[in-house]
Amino acid sequence: MSAGYNFGFMDEHAKKEIRRAILKAIAIPGYQVPYSSREMPMGRGFGTGGLQLTLSLIGENDTLKVIDQGADDSVNAVNLRQFIEMTCPGVDTTTYLSEATLIQSRHRIPEVALKPEQVLILQVPYPDPLIVVEPSEDKRKMMHGEADYARLLVKLYEDIVKFDEITISHRYPTRINRHYVIDPSPIPRWDVPKLNHSPALILFGAGREKKIYAVPPHTLAEPLAFDDVPFRVEDFSDEIGNRRACVRCGSRESFLDEFTDETAGKVYQCSDSDYCDGQLAKQSGKEAVYA
Amino acid sequence: MRKILEVRNLSKIYGRGCSRCVESTGPEQETNICPHCGSVVAIHDVSFDLHEGEILGLMGESGSGKSTVVKNLYFDQTPTSGSARFFNDGIAKDMFGINAAQQRYLRNHSFGMVYQNPHLGLNFGISAGGNIAERLLMSDVMHYAEIRTRAKELLVRTEVLLSRMDESPKNFSGGMQQRVQIAKALATNPPLLYLDEVTTGLDLSVQARILDLILEIQQELNTAMIVVTHDLGVIRLLTGRALVMKYGRVIESGLTDQILEDPQHAYTQRLVASAL
Amino acid sequence: MTQQAILKIKNYEKNFVLHEQSKRIPSSHGVDLEVYAGKLTALIGPTGAGKSSVLKGIYRTYLPSGGNMLYRTAKGDLIDLATADEYSILQLRREEIGFVTQFLFCLPRQSTLDVVAHPLVARGVLREDAREQAAQMLGALNMPERLWSLSPATFSGGEKQRVNLARGLAAKPRLLLLDEPTASLDPATAERVIELIESIKLEGVAMLAIFHHPELTARLADHVVELIPPPPLVQMKHTILETEAML
Repeated sequence: MSAGYNFGFMDEHAKKEIRRAILKAIAIPGYQVPYSSREMPMGRGFGTGGLQLTLSLIGENDTLKVIDQGADDSVNAVNLRQFIEMTCPGVDTTTYLSEATLIQSRHRIPEVALKPEQVLILQVPYPDPLIVVEPSEDKRKMMHGEADYARLLVKLYEDIVKFDEITISHRYPTRINRHYVIDPSPIPRWDVPKLNHSPALILFGAGREKKIYAVPPHTLAEPLAFDDVPFRVEDFSDEIGNRRACVRCGSRESFLDEFTDETAGKVYQCSDSDYCDGQLAKQSGKEAVYA
Repeated sequence: MRKILEVRNLSKIYGRGCSRCVESTGPEQETNICPHCGSVVAIHDVSFDLHEGEILGLMGESGSGKSTVVKNLYFDQTPTSGSARFFNDGIAKDMFGINAAQQRYLRNHSFGMVYQNPHLGLNFGISAGGNIAERLLMSDVMHYAEIRTRAKELLVRTEVLLSRMDESPKNFSGGMQQRVQIAKALATNPPLLYLDEVTTGLDLSVQARILDLILEIQQELNTAMIVVTHDLGVIRLLTGRALVMKYGRVIESGLTDQILEDPQHAYTQRLVASAL
Repeated sequence: MTQQAILKIKNYEKNFVLHEQSKRIPSSHGVDLEVYAGKLTALIGPTGAGKSSVLKGIYRTYLPSGGNMLYRTAKGDLIDLATADEYSILQLRREEIGFVTQFLFCLPRQSTLDVVAHPLVARGVLREDAREQAAQMLGALNMPERLWSLSPATFSGGEKQRVNLARGLAAKPRLLLLDEPTASLDPATAERVIELIESIKLEGVAMLAIFHHPELTARLADHVVELIPPPPLVQMKHTILETEAML
């Protein structure tokens, strides 16, 4: 690491400000706390919000896992992990969820339940679910303050009218602690229930939009729905109604990504690569790490 | 008849205002604009009572301030001074003393508003049914089928073609847009409805149909209404009592038929005589 | 045994002040009269004597310029109609005082049946019962049944008059004001109206009426009050405001 950079790349004042914003976010679940988002040596849109959260929290005793769309080895995850290794000498990194204390993720929450000692940091492009119905930030702030989400709910109504169901696939608006509705970042519907009464703290960082928010542990997180049209997760059934299995590990319980293979056509595979490895390890008896 | 609304000394001044605004404006000075500071005294010292199930007319020409009165009572604006009390089941609420969230609650549950310009009352980005759904959602109805049924009921009642329920109102005729507005305003069965020049600009036959509708609904639901208009025919047809306004002041008030047949104030006499 | 008057008017006066023309036009002047339950008081006098003005003053379509009009309500209270507040007047109009004029203002689309039933419905009578009573009255007035479902807006003068009458008579208010009720009617229908007036008299309705035919007054009136025209029009040299400023 070249001389002149502080541990964690950002100066201590910057990290302190962000930690204070995090505390405020935890104290007001779901409330978007504005903060001075620093310039990072990567473009906005590549996880600078999540990165700033990680850098503010990470210490020498932490073990970090970075995933992107569930995979540790995707380009962005690799890039971020290497940057953190470079700027935080002495910090361990891992691909095993069970070893991690800090998990930074883009667009997925791990399949296996988190533990109370862990903190999940999600990268957020657009923090405000109301942006689709109201362009003025002033008005949006008032709407959040008064929990006035009728216009958002109308969007759901219109979906049901047109398509007989709510068609939002990711970024599903979710009400935290019975007041603020958040955009939980582009995680699939599959992952939204994990926010509810989570054992671990879940933080959300939007670098470009300069907002931090949180779903604290054991907090109510309810995806918006109607009394008679409940929230549903993705359905992985095939044409005859059987639940599809991962082509690699055979699991019928995980969130599956769809790939097109030249010979086999459409194949389905676990999105969470660590989970998939864990399933294979169980099958071959080598499951020690996947406790 | 129980009181539902009590308005006292309501005033609205646009601009910084000065100590001479009030005395330099009004019907005698023939202006709303204060010559000393340029502020606009839109309304001054407006007081009246409204009872449950009653229809009150606010009559006047452009600049009279009649629309400003209802805009303030609907919380679209904040008055400069004055007070208003709303009575619900005998409990009075100080309308301008409660906080914004409480005002929004009143607005969503107890009031309805129909504007002259449908763009103010309707969201053209969503369907006609969606507009009504929005109002129901704002009053905490969270059951989709119930919302759908109620929206259909209201559209049928206001004679909007059900087949167009899921279309945006932007392609509707003016009369139909107004009827969607009325349906939306009535969604929560509000005890008080504000109607701001709702038929102005519409064809006469369309006007007649809408006025009919308003009166029928009022008889069915016993909704109290404040009807803002410059049209004497509308006043005569809909209202039992009326206020005549000029340059922001109330210059005459009384029973509607008395104001139209035995106007006391010179301006009212001129107004009534000018009716075609 | 003297009956208590349901309405007692003393010194009723009505002047119109026309600001634009700076004129004060007298309409009624020094009117005293009484109306009793189950009896009809008729107002007679030449045109311009202010007869209609008295009826309108009672109904508060005109604001009386002077005098008092003591009305005994159903509850037994005495109220001066000249100075009563607007709500009380509206309530009385709804529940106790009816007015049959020559003008018909109604919703463009309301059926004749509903127009006639309306005062009863406003008082709380069930719509079906109100419609039945309305139908009876329309029948009694020779109104063809095919017209009952149509709006009176397009009717002839005589037909509108019958709708007005039906509405006023069906409501059977405590006090009924009648302004030339048979003016546009054919003799046969006029005769029916006379019969109806006589029958509601028996039901205790108090009436104050202006008839254009002295014969009707002779047949129906229990009391007759003659009005004399007011003093001639005063042409003002100064405007009202100037006059007041000079005083």
